[in-house]
Amino acid sequence: MPETVSHDVLVIGAGGAGLRAAIAASAEGASVGVVCKSLLGKAHTVMAEGGVAAALANVDDRDTWRVHFADTMRGGQYVNDCRMAELHAREAPDRVRELEAWGALFDRTPDGRILQRNFGGHAYPRLAHVGDRTGLEMIRTLQDHGIHRGIVFHMECTVTTLLTDDGRVVGAFGYDRERGRFRVYAAKAVVLATGGIGRAYRITSNSWEYTGDGLALAYDAGAELVDMEFLQFHPTGMVWPPSVRGLLVTEGVRGEGGILTNRDGRRFMFDEIPPAYVQQTADSEEEGWRYTQGDKTARRPPELLTRDHVARCIVREIKEGRGSPHGGVFLDISWIARRLPNAAEHIKRKLPAMYQQFKELAGVDITREPMEVGPTTHYMMGGVRVHPESQMSTVPGLFAAGECAAGLHGANRLGGNSLSDLLVFGKRAGDFAAAFAREHQPGRIDPALAEAAGRRAVEPFERASDGSDGPFKIQRDLQDMMQDLVGIVRAAPEMERALEGLTGLHGRAQRVAVNGNREYNPGWHTALDLHALLTVSEAVTRAALRRTESRGAHFREDYPAKDEALGRVRFVVKRNADRQMEVSSIPVPPLPPELARIIEEMQ
Amino acid sequence: MTQATFRIWRGDASGGAWRDYPLDVADGMVVLDAVHQIQAEQAPDLAVRWNCKAGRCGSCSAEVNGMPRLMCMTRLEDLPLERPVTIEPMKAFPVVRDLVTDVSWNFRVKTRITPFTPRPPDAPDGTWRMQQVDVDRVMEFRKCIECFLCQDVCHVLRDHRLHERFIGPRFLIYAAGLEMHPLDTADRREELRRAHGIGFCNITKCCTKVCPEGIAITDNAIIPLKERVVDRAFDPLFKLLRLLGLVD
Repeated sequence: MPETVSHDVLVIGAGGAGLRAAIAASAEGASVGVVCKSLLGKAHTVMAEGGVAAALANVDDRDTWRVHFADTMRGGQYVNDCRMAELHAREAPDRVRELEAWGALFDRTPDGRILQRNFGGHAYPRLAHVGDRTGLEMIRTLQDHGIHRGIVFHMECTVTTLLTDDGRVVGAFGYDRERGRFRVYAAKAVVLATGGIGRAYRITSNSWEYTGDGLALAYDAGAELVDMEFLQFHPTGMVWPPSVRGLLVTEGVRGEGGILTNRDGRRFMFDEIPPAYVQQTADSEEEGWRYTQGDKTARRPPELLTRDHVARCIVREIKEGRGSPHGGVFLDISWIARRLPNAAEHIKRKLPAMYQQFKELAGVDITREPMEVGPTTHYMMGGVRVHPESQMSTVPGLFAAGECAAGLHGANRLGGNSLSDLLVFGKRAGDFAAAFAREHQPGRIDPALAEAAGRRAVEPFERASDGSDGPFKIQRDLQDMMQDLVGIVRAAPEMERALEGLTGLHGRAQRVAVNGNREYNPGWHTALDLHALLTVSEAVTRAALRRTESRGAHFREDYPAKDEALGRVRFVVKRNADRQMEVSSIPVPPLPPELARIIEEMQ
Repeated sequence: MTQATFRIWRGDASGGAWRDYPLDVADGMVVLDAVHQIQAEQAPDLAVRWNCKAGRCGSCSAEVNGMPRLMCMTRLEDLPLERPVTIEPMKAFPVVRDLVTDVSWNFRVKTRITPFTPRPPDAPDGTWRMQQVDVDRVMEFRKCIECFLCQDVCHVLRDHRLHERFIGPRFLIYAAGLEMHPLDTADRREELRRAHGIGFCNITKCCTKVCPEGIAITDNAIIPLKERVVDRAFDPLFKLLRLLGLVD
């Protein structure tokens, strides 16, 4: 058996959710190990720009957890797990304040409290932020707090298999990327915090890490995935130059007054307002501008409608020939010079990372000219089905938090709710994993399972390679296919084709060969990532086929309307006894009367 | 389409050599794109670290044409493509393979610095009050993406290999960020002088020059820290108080 390290709690992933879980578990007295594919502090949390949503009510005292809860449910089109949405809204303020006690610095109000900004779908200014680099501030705070707590970090290690014993998770098998040595991580409880699946798509804001590992690990271990059809396409990614296509342009640009226009200079977001939002949306450009400048009597501009809607409006403009030169639309913040003195300085202060990103990568000065933007694969609302309070999956001892868990966001996530999600549920997962570890003896690790996992991992080296079909090419073909056939606008015939395509890609992945040795070999790593990518792609496609309606981020061209009956179910993906992927439905958790009343009041 | 040659150092701790890779380059490409294209088409085992591709995570540090750079933020149109573009790993750290170096020393150094120690909360609800100007003062240091290019270029580490006695520019700005944090109450001046070797820095400002975040490392962090340390260590009054055992 490979070298074995033992912890009470093993956390897989070192983004915000993983770090918060590790800190919580260690605070509960558990010995904690964290495995992450990259170096510490490089996970995608670092890219979060807009801020962290919490009803602190520092800027608008009308805000409460009830409003935040209702906003989250409305944004999620009411297929959210209402208990998670409630806990999230109630606990987010404490989780944000706690970060400050650990050294995080947020922008301030004039009276010295944490400043909050407007964001799409949030009724009041709710996002605590620091310029447009909130994610960096958060991950660095968690990282720097975590390193003094005795947590063991296994950097640049990949987990390929969870080890189970009698239905319970007892550890994980993986390899260190540097030398390719195998490792067994024995643990009484495992927390998955592996983030998203963006690398299944060609145009994505996600880095190489986001191959759906946690979802595939859970699925392979017998856990259930849910809401897999709900994949968020962020409306504003860069479209040019090609090498940065998909890179995120923060919603904060629109929060600060940025507007979307088409080739003809028309502000097209006013053309279509969803009925559920008509009452909360400005009916003139003047009113929208006042909202972004903090006028509490004004309603929000249509650019700040939910991400699913904005993304589809952009797709419509592009499809109907009114797009920008490189196949996007225009996002303009420079226009505020007509309203504000020193607008250029204001933009640079409020959106420094965006200013730098466009200046250095596209040669565009956003204080003087509009940006070109288009939708990009951004965030997985679906994921591991977890208990709303403990975050435990349907497999005992296996927990999940953050993007790789499902439930909070329903059919569409509001901006800012991911950072609060990972704090609230990262802590909960860590707490409950530590409690589970306290209550259980270490499990038995079957050396045969670890050996089988090791054999599978080295197979690509043992196959003959003629160099014609490498791991990078298979990954690229998968990304192209998912982008074209299971993208923003979906239809049954295309998705059926995607399922056939997946069968073909699966066969190619089974035959993939790599050369070189096991030391820091990206070809080998990419080959091993294919299994997870294919698993989650199949789950997305199968769930999307079953939801014969359009809701939130899931839009069916062949079923463009909402179906009330389908609004009461969620689709669960699980491996059946024949090792085939099976989709079934469960009811959306019913709203207890007190929560129903809140939603009623906030209509 | 332009033809260009990328001369990449391939090897490991036991040694290595330059290899040339010809490539058609397109508009708007950065060095990391070229490396990825070479990886996908010519050398699938070419080792490189990267994540965000937006200059935000600090993973893809290397030396491009001899200059410490983030590969994702180095545009090909800013390089002379008529001669080979050289790409090699950072020099201040041991090579793992190809463009990947062992930067684990940095993570160990950070644990030796006295962590954030806040004053008691200002308000009964356990929160603090701070002014934006006080926050802004340390923001510059907190922008650091831990790419370690400043460590790479620092001659104390790169040439004199004083890794055990000097924490390097990255961790001097980290300490400055803590020392100037509006809520922090710890005093790191003695450890900066003794354990962290701030005196080794002779302010050549190479670190400032290579910082992709544009942090004025030397002027805004190291020099003010040096002044604080000197005030503490060599001020005659303090010396006297120390002699009398009234301060440590």
